Amino acid sequence: MTKVLVWVEHDGSTVKDATLSAVTAGTQLGEVTALVAGSGIDAVAVEAAQIEGVAKVLKADDAIYAHALAENVAPLIAGLLASHDAFVAPATTTGKNVAPRVAALVDVAQVSDILSVEGPKTFTRPIYAGNAIATVESSDAKLVITVRGTAFAKAAATGGSAPVEVVAAGTDAGLSTYLGSEIAKLERPELTSAKIIVSGGRALKDADTFAATITPLADKLGAAIGASRAAVDAGYVPNDYQVGQTGKIVAPEIYVAVGISGAIQHLAGMKDSKTIIAINKDEDAPIFQVADLGLVADLFTAVPELAGKL
Amino acid sequence: MKALVTVKRVIDYNVKPRVKADGTGVDLANVKMSMNPFDEIAVEEALRLREKGAVTEVLVVSVGPAKAQETLRTALAMGADRAILVSTDDEVEPLAVAKIIKAIADEEQPGLIITGKQAIDDDSNQTGQMIAALLGRGQGTFANEISVEGDHVTVKREVDGGLETVRLPLPAVITADLRLNEPRYASLPNIMKAKSKPLATKTPADYGVDTTPRLKTLKVGEPPVRSAGIKVADVDALVAKLKEMGVA
Ligand SMILES: Cc1cc2nc3c(=O)[nH]c(=O)nc-3n(C[C@H](O)[C@H](O)[C@H](O)COP(=O)(O)OP(=O)(O)OC[C@H]3O[C@@H](n4cnc5c(N)ncnc54)[C@H](O)[C@@H]3O)c2cc1C
Ligand SMILES: Nc1ncnc2c1ncn2[C@@H]1O[C@H](COP(=O)(O)O)[C@@H](O)[C@H]1O
Repeated sequence: MTKVLVWVEHDGSTVKDATLSAVTAGTQLGEVTALVAGSGIDAVAVEAAQIEGVAKVLKADDAIYAHALAENVAPLIAGLLASHDAFVAPATTTGKNVAPRVAALVDVAQVSDILSVEGPKTFTRPIYAGNAIATVESSDAKLVITVRGTAFAKAAATGGSAPVEVVAAGTDAGLSTYLGSEIAKLERPELTSAKIIVSGGRALKDADTFAATITPLADKLGAAIGASRAAVDAGYVPNDYQVGQTGKIVAPEIYVAVGISGAIQHLAGMKDSKTIIAINKDEDAPIFQVADLGLVADLFTAVPELAGKL
Repeated sequence: MKALVTVKRVIDYNVKPRVKADGTGVDLANVKMSMNPFDEIAVEEALRLREKGAVTEVLVVSVGPAKAQETLRTALAMGADRAILVSTDDEVEPLAVAKIIKAIADEEQPGLIITGKQAIDDDSNQTGQMIAALLGRGQGTFANEISVEGDHVTVKREVDGGLETVRLPLPAVITADLRLNEPRYASLPNIMKAKSKPLATKTPADYGVDTTPRLKTLKVGEPPVRSAGIKVADVDALVAKLKEMGVA
């Protein structure tokens, strides 16, 4: 049976949702061992052991694995690949940082951002900002894969009861030191797991206008807030709000695009949403070509009116 | 310290790619090609480091067809000093590109290697990390801000939750994200000057790298198409639709 090592994405205390999609992809390939690496991660390992489909948990608990520095984590995973056939990570910024380093260490061509498992070594993946879907077959002995979260159902977070095994830590590669982070406290749903998202674009003018216009609507809908690159570049919202080819890939039940034109790079990140609603004053804006419900209107009157009537 | 910057020739980001009818790939005939946007940012960053005195020479490298010379000339026109084209008509996967860059780095000993975070054609987001792995160096991926201080570089990285800062000993590898800088345009005099800057042509074999793909592309197809829905007349109609959907 194919032995699959799945990267558990966590924040030091809980398992992140992206892990659950990676586990689903992993179970389609074979038997899943979940790797929890970090520092002081007992709680995470306990949680990982309960994920449906996880047969075993490997726990690598050491200060050198804190913050998932690729320079320290990749050799650990490369070592574990001696006894596993595949490494699967969610296509989060952590997965994207770590997996290629692993792939190069074990001389494997990575398959990035898979959408489906078509066979033991065959996958589909988006290329050209999702304007084409490639079916690729790996000829390498081992597999290194990152998984697009929106393309795989989430494994149940509870129900499993896998044993937890401790793996010995390696040594600090001495190639990277974590200095700190600026992680915004989320008072609302996280973008990649939200059921409803309200996103704003360049039309929102500035940070204050963005907040004053978008937040009341998002509050009414219990929605997460996203943005186009233009809105992020202009400093209306932090970088992690960006939806698109090079930002976050989302597929909520409802995606509301406010004052966003619909460039292919933006569509790449949200066009798999179930229902797309667009509010834009330009009736020819490309966003309307993918919107289920379009409202041609000035957002500065339409959005407050909408928030008021909900 | 020398900076090595990788640049890839890709379909221009403004062009909507079309899948070939025979399912073998994307139609690139008569399509506008440009430097991968992230690589423009990478080149710009190296130039700024040179202007600040942290870097003495900017070497740009591309792996690709003869036409990738144009991409290298663009980088030279932006201000890079010297270029290497590793010429091949095959599609070269990130792992093989990384092996070629490693071989060049072994010869050139750059203190900093800067790649784009992602090529907008294959969307792999692998090459920089692979180069770092092969060279056994630190990696500052998805860089939003970098500063070189003595024998270290500090990199502010764009991560899912916000920003994260790491410090790497030099030599190191950086991958450029969108907000690292705004690349300059090449001026006409600089475009003229670039024509006489050194551009060496090599092949993957010169570096002993086998570029045979490890991933076989069985098919390239269209994504599911999304058809346009309806336009609603006003906010009231939108509210009614939302109520029908069980929202609000
Ligand atoms: C390498 C690369 C990667 C990229 N990655 C991403 C990515 O991941 N995500 C992303 O989003 N973009 C990305 N982009 C940028 C993308 O190409 C577009 O530039 C960007 O999406 C445009 O943002 P926007 O729609 O907010 O702005 P614009 O295109 O300027 O659109 C603003 C819209 O607002 C409308 N508008 C203006 N005023 C009002 C009003 N009062 N009421 C209603 N409507 C109004 C206008 O009609 C217009 O349609 C990338 C680009 C490159 C080159
Ligand atoms: N053929 C190539 N020639 C030069 N640089 C490349 C090539 N392929 C990838 N790169 C570099 O690696 C980065 C990431 O590419 P990728 O891993 O393909 O998404 C790009 O932005 C380039 O800087």
